[in-house]
Amino acid sequence: MNRSHTYKALTRQSPPRRSMTIALAASALLAGCVTINIYFPAAAAEKAADRIIDEVWQLKNGSQTPAIPEGKQP
Amino acid sequence: MKTVHRIVLLCVMYAGAVWAQGNLEINTPAISQLRDAMQARHAQLAPHYASGALGLTADGRIALRDANAVPLSQRQAVQGLVAQENGDRDALYREIARANGHPEWEADIRSTFAQRWIGRAQSGWYVQSGGQWSRK
Repeated sequence: MNRSHTYKALTRQSPPRRSMTIALAASALLAGCVTINIYFPAAAAEKAADRIIDEVWQLKNGSQTPAIPEGKQP
Repeated sequence: MKTVHRIVLLCVMYAGAVWAQGNLEINTPAISQLRDAMQARHAQLAPHYASGALGLTADGRIALRDANAVPLSQRQAVQGLVAQENGDRDALYREIARANGHPEWEADIRSTFAQRWIGRAQSGWYVQSGGQWSRK
């Protein structure tokens, strides 16, 4: 994303619109803080576990393993 | 007003960075070393999973559940392998938590691994849930 374009886009906005943008950005920041500091990233941990299990059990091209459920996201 | 814009931009960039981090760090030298040691040991453990002598526990470890399934001459060696494997597994969960800057995640990482080891075990292997052994 181009920095100066973002600046222009923001200054062009009317005040109520601008405060809405700021509120949205602030809530995105808050959500980010919560994600980082409180919740355990379960889906990422599952992926990491599967990668290590593939290596340890040498399952990379094996067909005897059940499919890894991919649908779950945090 | 320019300061506000700068803050907004920072927020958006930060949120983007957070959103992008969908992976845990598992490529540290300590983790690789543990993984390789476990991989090498697996060749010796595999026949004992298949015979039912060893099983996968609900806490992300392995256990000698039926010592009689191991020939007496090998029993002590297998017990040693189980102890080494469990030591490496404990260290692996601790190291992954540490490598990601959250030592307090160790228990969560352990239970995630426990589920995946059991979920991906071959049929015929024994797995533990709620204190009971069952055969997959």
